[in-house]
Amino acid sequence: MTVLQKKPTNPIAHLTPADIEQIGVELDAIRQSVIDSRGESDAAYIRSVIDAQRKLELGSRAVLLVSLFPPAWVLGTAGLAVAKIIENMEIGHNVMHGQWDWMRDPKIHSTTWEWDNASPSEQWKHSHNELHHTYTNVIGKDNDLGYGIMRVDEDQRWVPFYLAQPLWNFLNACFFEYGIAAYDLELGKNLATKKRRSSPEFRARAKVTLKKIRQQMTKDYVIHPILSGPSALTTLGANATANLVRNLWTNSVILCGHFPEGVETFERRSINGETRGEWYLRQMLGSANISGSKAMHFMTGNLSHQIEHHLFPDLPSNRYAEIAPQVRALFDKYGLTYTTGSLPRQVASAWRKVIRLSLPNDFGAKAQAAVLELGRPARRTEDSTAA
Amino acid sequence: MSTSVAPSPGGSLLGRVTRLAEAATTPLLPRDYLDLFAPLRAGADLRGRIVAVEPETADAATIVIQPGADWAGHVPGQYVRIGIDVDGVRLWRAYSLTHGPRDDGRISITVKAVPDGKVSTHLVRAARPGTLVHLEQAAGEFVLPDEGTKMLFVTAGSGITPVIGMLRNLFPVADSGVVRLRRSAGYDITVVHVAPSEPDSIFLANLRALDEAGLIRLVARYDDVHGVLDIADLADLVPDVQERTTFACGPAGLLDALAAHHEEHGIPLLTEQFRVATVVAGEGGTVTFRDGTAVEADGGTPILDAAEQAGVLMPSGCRMGICYGCVLPMREGAVRDLRTGEITTAAPGDGVRIQTCISAAAGACDLDH
Repeated sequence: MTVLQKKPTNPIAHLTPADIEQIGVELDAIRQSVIDSRGESDAAYIRSVIDAQRKLELGSRAVLLVSLFPPAWVLGTAGLAVAKIIENMEIGHNVMHGQWDWMRDPKIHSTTWEWDNASPSEQWKHSHNELHHTYTNVIGKDNDLGYGIMRVDEDQRWVPFYLAQPLWNFLNACFFEYGIAAYDLELGKNLATKKRRSSPEFRARAKVTLKKIRQQMTKDYVIHPILSGPSALTTLGANATANLVRNLWTNSVILCGHFPEGVETFERRSINGETRGEWYLRQMLGSANISGSKAMHFMTGNLSHQIEHHLFPDLPSNRYAEIAPQVRALFDKYGLTYTTGSLPRQVASAWRKVIRLSLPNDFGAKAQAAVLELGRPARRTEDSTAA
Repeated sequence: MSTSVAPSPGGSLLGRVTRLAEAATTPLLPRDYLDLFAPLRAGADLRGRIVAVEPETADAATIVIQPGADWAGHVPGQYVRIGIDVDGVRLWRAYSLTHGPRDDGRISITVKAVPDGKVSTHLVRAARPGTLVHLEQAAGEFVLPDEGTKMLFVTAGSGITPVIGMLRNLFPVADSGVVRLRRSAGYDITVVHVAPSEPDSIFLANLRALDEAGLIRLVARYDDVHGVLDIADLADLVPDVQERTTFACGPAGLLDALAAHHEEHGIPLLTEQFRVATVVAGEGGTVTFRDGTAVEADGGTPILDAAEQAGVLMPSGCRMGICYGCVLPMREGAVRDLRTGEITTAAPGDGVRIQTCISAAAGACDLDH
């Protein structure tokens, strides 16, 4: 993609400022309809998910106490991976967004939740809720565009480091929780200079992150294996596998949110003085959904409704599916493209972009030209003469 | 879910087991898992389970609750703060405990459904046995003196509830009738109970039974029959009012009138006012902070902006209501959501968390920051 403002055909050129503000008014009405009907059944939903997730985790870890027995290993590993995915996505991510703050339950609240992930909640909320959700897809402002290790837009400047970005993307997927922790610490930027490295603020944050990582690793790779006695090694392998599966799954889902073809990006100066309607419009065009079954939506923490989530990051996730048709109707009404596709299609689309943009923008054209030139030496002579 | 780690007990075996359990359950705590199975166990946050909802009048009911193992007990006349989820939102209210300590360990509150009262209406009409509620330990200085004495209770409406708690403790009613306890013999009690009309009188049957048994003297006054009670007439209703210690519970108007009357006549008075949780929302107000800083905020400016302009260092984020980076607990007050106009109020003890970047003051606000 190229930033929307530089495209040959601007997909929002047909909208007047009044149209854009009207879109905002209509989206506000959708939001209000959910708030007005939010209540007991929603509260019961999140409590039952938390209840079931904790029991699944307990059960899986109990089964893994005898992980030397292969069926127990398979069952326990699968259960633990699913429990970790639900904890991170449908529960952790959404609770930390404040989606359940309205219940006034101090135990299910954005200010108190700590998730089963390497990055401390406090730091994740800053980089994700505050930076990514506010500056979504603005080149130079939203670091989620490639996480600082990849180039996912033609308008991001190419450097040779990006040649290996398919490898970086794969490694990041495997160790995603640590990638997120490093990203939330802005490790690349903060380790670059001595001044930044020794800043007390950075050192304090790094200390918190290292403590969290130590606790997480002790739990999965020391305590539970030791509790498993003779099954120690197989339990260690099971926990590592569950973490890997969780990492690969969450990474794939998250790639689908903003990297597939069809998603728009925005110039830095385009958001100066942005109105509420314009902010909504940027979220509409800057996100992509994943289509699929109810189970798939649940396992993505309803991030498959990425468009609805980006429009209304603090509405309860169980309500996104219900408002999706209304949101989509609004796209149709205003002639906008609602980007969506199946999980395999969107993952492939994101990966294609990662591979394509590992090379400079004009590489394909230049390479093609070079090949053509090799085949037609005479013409090159003519051209150079002409030049 | 809790992130704070309790101070680890020393090097004892229990301490080591606790630390191991914490290491095995991080980032949660062992109690987050135990709560799934035993929410009323010792060591858990104080909770209770509703075991019965007994109608008292057309719009009042007694809620019997089995409190958690750490319930420390109460003295008749004390109240308890109860947190219950109404439409999915946890709301806290204080109610008098209407039974003295019971043998079965249960506690009870009697609630009158007041118009627009979310919690009272829910408790009377919708609460079902089995529901988990959240509790604080019993509190309140409005309690029965240990020694028998001459007392006057003046109660209005649901102000009868703490008094009923005391009377039931003094004079338990068994199937065979009122039980006369030796320890209760020294109490000489008159009750002046005021209500809008007779059928609305909670516990009337209870009071009448005690009156008929000669254990108390009941003076019931109904506004529709006797007219609104004028405190100046109190001496006519209770000729020996001068010799009694008065305990009063009811709305502020009644208590103020009693205070003035008793001060003039030099009669001892103990009062308890039931705070009605209706904060009247207006436009703008004074926002106060923990260090005593007070900021005047108008009804159209986010509290975040108003506080920052006054030099208060505030947590902030997106400044548009999406990131929840500015959330602070409001100890007391009312705010208006500038996007939707929705009003959020907090009574002392509630600690309602608000987004300061999209909330304007709708009255005086006390922020815990």
